[in-house]
Amino acid sequence: MIFAGLDIGSRSMELVLLQKGRIVEWRKTDTGYDPLGQASHIMEGLSWDSLTATGYGRKLISDNLNAQAITEIQAHALGVRELFPEARTVLDIGGQDTKAMALLPNGKISRFEMNDRCAAGTGKFLEFMATSLSQPLEKFGGFALTGRPGVSINSMCTVFAETEATSLMAKGCKASDIALALHHSVVRRSLSMLKRVGLNDPVVFTGGVARNPCMVKLLEQDLAMNLCIPQNPEMTGALGAALYGASKARAHSTASK
Amino acid sequence: MASEYGGMWKSLGMDLGAHDQLLAVLGQGYTDVFLSQANRPKGMDYFNFVMSEVHGLRIKEMLEAREQGEKIVGSYCVFVPEEIVRAAGATLVGLCSGGDFAMEEVERVLPRNTCALIKSSFGFKLGKVCPYLESADMIVGENTCDGKKKSYEELNKLVSNLYVMDLPQTKSENARALLKAEFVRFARAVEELTGNPITVESLKKGIAITNAKRQAMHRLEALRKADPEPISGLDALLASQVSFYDAPVRFTESVNALCDELEERIKDNVAVFPEKTPRILMSGCPMAVPNWKLPWIVESSGAVIVGEESCVGERGLRNLTDDSGQDVESLMEAIVDRYFKIDCAIFTPNEDRADHIVQMAKDYKADGVIQYALNFCQPYQIEAMGLESRMEKEGIPMLRIETDYSPEDAEQLKTRVEAFVEMIG
Repeated sequence: MIFAGLDIGSRSMELVLLQKGRIVEWRKTDTGYDPLGQASHIMEGLSWDSLTATGYGRKLISDNLNAQAITEIQAHALGVRELFPEARTVLDIGGQDTKAMALLPNGKISRFEMNDRCAAGTGKFLEFMATSLSQPLEKFGGFALTGRPGVSINSMCTVFAETEATSLMAKGCKASDIALALHHSVVRRSLSMLKRVGLNDPVVFTGGVARNPCMVKLLEQDLAMNLCIPQNPEMTGALGAALYGASKARAHSTASK
Repeated sequence: MASEYGGMWKSLGMDLGAHDQLLAVLGQGYTDVFLSQANRPKGMDYFNFVMSEVHGLRIKEMLEAREQGEKIVGSYCVFVPEEIVRAAGATLVGLCSGGDFAMEEVERVLPRNTCALIKSSFGFKLGKVCPYLESADMIVGENTCDGKKKSYEELNKLVSNLYVMDLPQTKSENARALLKAEFVRFARAVEELTGNPITVESLKKGIAITNAKRQAMHRLEALRKADPEPISGLDALLASQVSFYDAPVRFTESVNALCDELEERIKDNVAVFPEKTPRILMSGCPMAVPNWKLPWIVESSGAVIVGEESCVGERGLRNLTDDSGQDVESLMEAIVDRYFKIDCAIFTPNEDRADHIVQMAKDYKADGVIQYALNFCQPYQIEAMGLESRMEKEGIPMLRIETDYSPEDAEQLKTRVEAFVEMIG
């Protein structure tokens, strides 16, 4: 049996194929403006027995491609549990959303928080700020790490934070120092969310933003603990979705015996 | 609807163009949220009809009664004692709020960061689209939260017939004395409005009509404890919403007829949702028509709403008024007793409410509680924080939602509600 998990986020989509509990294939692409078309594209040439969708596009996929759907919150919890069985707290920063989840020792979610409405503290915020500082997104974290502390960005609102950054630039602040300050502001936001769900060690950091070395360093500093980060952190949701399909199939076969 | 009632609305000074737009949106919303539900009880046909005539037939009926001398008292809050209004031979209706309307105009009068409920009631006034408000002979505002009491100062500039009722904020003896004094003052004001003296007989009649309505709703609530549920939470909420403006005796009969049908459904094991559907208790701010966003999201996310701990729900209907008194004084005391038990979040301290939520969660076999606060509604927002730890102690999962009437956060809310349903399922 092959179980497919497809995570359609606001920014990117990931696909994982699971066979006998092992990842046999994973792919990633941009979500773009045609998520269904992109999904068909990413799944080309592959076959599976059950498909589970998660992320913003979960309903689109479940309505069109004979799939079941779960939320990205559950998907990340399941994916994290597989990769780090001891995990008690999850921070997932994706394109549009930041989520924090507290896991019980048995892996079930006991509490979660999610940013409401605006993009403060999300990947989109970092992307927007990288652009306004003329930095490629994938190098933005490294660039920020070269900055010196001392400057701060106080606004949580993406647009107002840019205003602050612009006025700092006008005062002659270095772009790298501003970049560091912007990362600090995302970290502050994430920490308050983590604290609201109740922070327990070990903490797993997932989502595309977990690839950002400055975010990781600042979070570890402020938490005074090491973070567990999956090798492919943006894939955790898709993995969780595939695992959900597998567990459903198991439950079904047990029930029908 | 427009052609039939156009003249009536015009005579009330309403903005017909804007009102047509409102009705179109309302009608579409109703179709999407209510008529699309599967396996609804037949008894809901009555409520569909009432909703389709929400600004039409009921207004016509009230205006015709007014021709015969019956006054209309409009209110915004469950603290306005319906027994007293009915005793004076007047009719009590809930005034419009629950949807965003004419917000640009509202934000010239009220700060943007005012709760949606208050802004909405101003929007209906400024947009001239609420026939209830325009036909009311007396509008009762009650000093509950700071937002409401200060906004009534502004509303007073927009209407000529605002009566402001003061309310206590603690459950002390002094506070009860204030409520009593205010109810007595209100009784005088309604007597003056109607020209009808309030007597033992008229009070007993007022209490009987109001109690019967509440009893019918209690019956409906009790039937929702069945697992699986014979009626959707949305439909039950609708009945509760309609209770604010429908003619009470007819409403009572219709709810009882619905309950007869639900009893049959329970006997025949007819349910509106599959077995093992997670059961949710909604708790918090009122859900006035057409505020269906969150309940609709909940019931389209694989859960069923089994009860409402809200003013549009059990908080507003919970207790009956003792009708055994033999003089006006003791009946008035009984009315004060009844309203003084309401555990609105304006009270401090307000432990009763937390106890009620726990009790309701158990009675209705709820798998989780969704605590709903309107943005900028501090009393409920602050209580929600404390409730979180109380619910944790009780082992009842709770999701805290803050939102308003705009659709902009619907997708985000869906994800959070679905995740909560997965968590408790």
